[in-house]
Amino acid sequence: MKTWVYIDHFKGQAMPASWEALGAGKNLGTVTAVIFGQNVEALAKEAFENGADEVLLADDVTLADYRAEAFSSSLSKLAAAASPDAIFLPTTTRGREIAAMAAIDLKTGVMVDVTAIEVQGDSIVVTRPIYAGKLLSKETCSTRPQIVTLRGRAFPKPATQAGRTSTLTKVSPAMSEADIKSKVEGYTTAEAGVSLIDASVIVSGGRGVSNNPALTPPGGLDEKQTEIWRAQQGFALVKELASVLGAAVGASRAAVDAGYVTYSHQVGQTGKVVSPDLYIANGISGAIQHLAGMRTSKVIVAVNKDTDAPIFKVARYGVVGDLFQILPALTAAFKQRLGK
Amino acid sequence: MKIVACIKQVPDSAAKVVVENGRVFWGDAPLVINPWDEFAVEAALQLKEKHGGTLTVISVGGENEKEAIKHALAMGADDAILIADPALSGLDTQSIAQVLASAIQKIGGVDVAFFGRQAIDSDSGLTPAQTARLLNWPALTLAAVISVEADTIKVDRAIEEGRQVVSAKMPAVVSLVKDYGEPRYPSFMGIRKAARAEVPVWSLANLGISAPTSVIAWPEITNPPSRNVVCEIITGSSPEEIAATLADKILAEKVL
Repeated sequence: MKTWVYIDHFKGQAMPASWEALGAGKNLGTVTAVIFGQNVEALAKEAFENGADEVLLADDVTLADYRAEAFSSSLSKLAAAASPDAIFLPTTTRGREIAAMAAIDLKTGVMVDVTAIEVQGDSIVVTRPIYAGKLLSKETCSTRPQIVTLRGRAFPKPATQAGRTSTLTKVSPAMSEADIKSKVEGYTTAEAGVSLIDASVIVSGGRGVSNNPALTPPGGLDEKQTEIWRAQQGFALVKELASVLGAAVGASRAAVDAGYVTYSHQVGQTGKVVSPDLYIANGISGAIQHLAGMRTSKVIVAVNKDTDAPIFKVARYGVVGDLFQILPALTAAFKQRLGK
Repeated sequence: MKIVACIKQVPDSAAKVVVENGRVFWGDAPLVINPWDEFAVEAALQLKEKHGGTLTVISVGGENEKEAIKHALAMGADDAILIADPALSGLDTQSIAQVLASAIQKIGGVDVAFFGRQAIDSDSGLTPAQTARLLNWPALTLAAVISVEADTIKVDRAIEEGRQVVSAKMPAVVSLVKDYGEPRYPSFMGIRKAARAEVPVWSLANLGISAPTSVIAWPEITNPPSRNVVCEIITGSSPEEIAATLADKILAEKVL
């Protein structure tokens, strides 16, 4: 099978899931990496080292910033001419959108956020979680190319081979600046920290982190401000453990809706669906929407004062107790064991 | 301004969804407006309140699937269109996008079409970009902040790295993320108005299109393998002892 893989990146920094997609494509036959951007030739070298048999590189000022129309037009124009059997993209904000639009141009379909791929005859059969992972759906696409976006961390990273190289073909973008309807005016950066989607370890907090009875809030705060103040003290403990473990900080919807942390931290059905190697849930009861977003984590640890909390049904290890005592002790224990 | 919000009806996010004999069931969980579409309706209403105009909500579904539409009307949408046709069952996202794009064209003169970022049942998140592509409009997806000045719409897009600020001339498609801000609750007056509203039903013939052909098939939907975990409750005489035992167990799992 001839597979193309779109290498998603931000300012020349490849998203790790791009290489996972490249590895998945390589398993099916020959794989061509497609790279769009400006001054991104270094990515071609990385693509070869990750196993690409060929690289198509459009390096152009009109591609300096990601814009949906410009990027998807370039991909569909190239694909229409070369007819790959499949196009793989990582399930990132950009990957999903390019896939969506290229499918319209190429009169084909997209199988989104898949976690497994098999080949039957000359067709790809994917498995993808739906209802935030409450169900699994097998899907096929009757037209070509079969466009697939691959969930991050669901496929292994390919082994890299330093110095490996192959054919690099430079191509032109499909649209000129005058034809592109949108303008990028700038960026505001996210808060520092490990991204939830790429994280191999996540430490999360729920409503329970605001209930520390031992704290005396400063005077002059109203009821809501007091709750937020308490939650901030609680999340400080979550963040300390996360920092020692090099982990991302997650949160339940209840904690986000109560204003404890920003939405970018939300894990669950209306937040991010994650699948880290280790997920430590603190003060999270385990509503069905939250469990849907993290149940495929390899090892789940739950700290909760309520023995009957549903989170214990998916957890490998549980502590029934006061998270305000357990968390700092756990942070100290890891500091000592990891030599930090 | 002429504003449209495309909404979908889905089982409530608290529903326990299971497959039995190849069919999807969600028990007695209510059918509701897709949570992300509430943000689309909210953004549309705020734009209308600021710049004047009308808001029409569009939904594709069976003739009995009016809960989502009623919710949007109760929030303050001016009117609604339900697109229902026997030929519409089991369509893939490309086909739904074709139907929505045709409806937006039939309405005519639309400045902005709002969508939620994705639906919580199929979890595809393709429809906003695909509808934009079919209309040949720019797609400003994952919007957390929206502003309009003259004929230009500007949004802050929530991306992995933070926010990307993008602008485009209208007409445009905009999809919403939760960062936009809480959607309003329907008012008492709004609920009464929605209960009385007559929602016109458009068929594919009304849209002047034939039934789109789905290219994506989903031959098999299954329950995920159950997690056969037995939770080991860690106990000890002090938090320090519990933490030490737990840390050793986690390290032994080789996940760090």
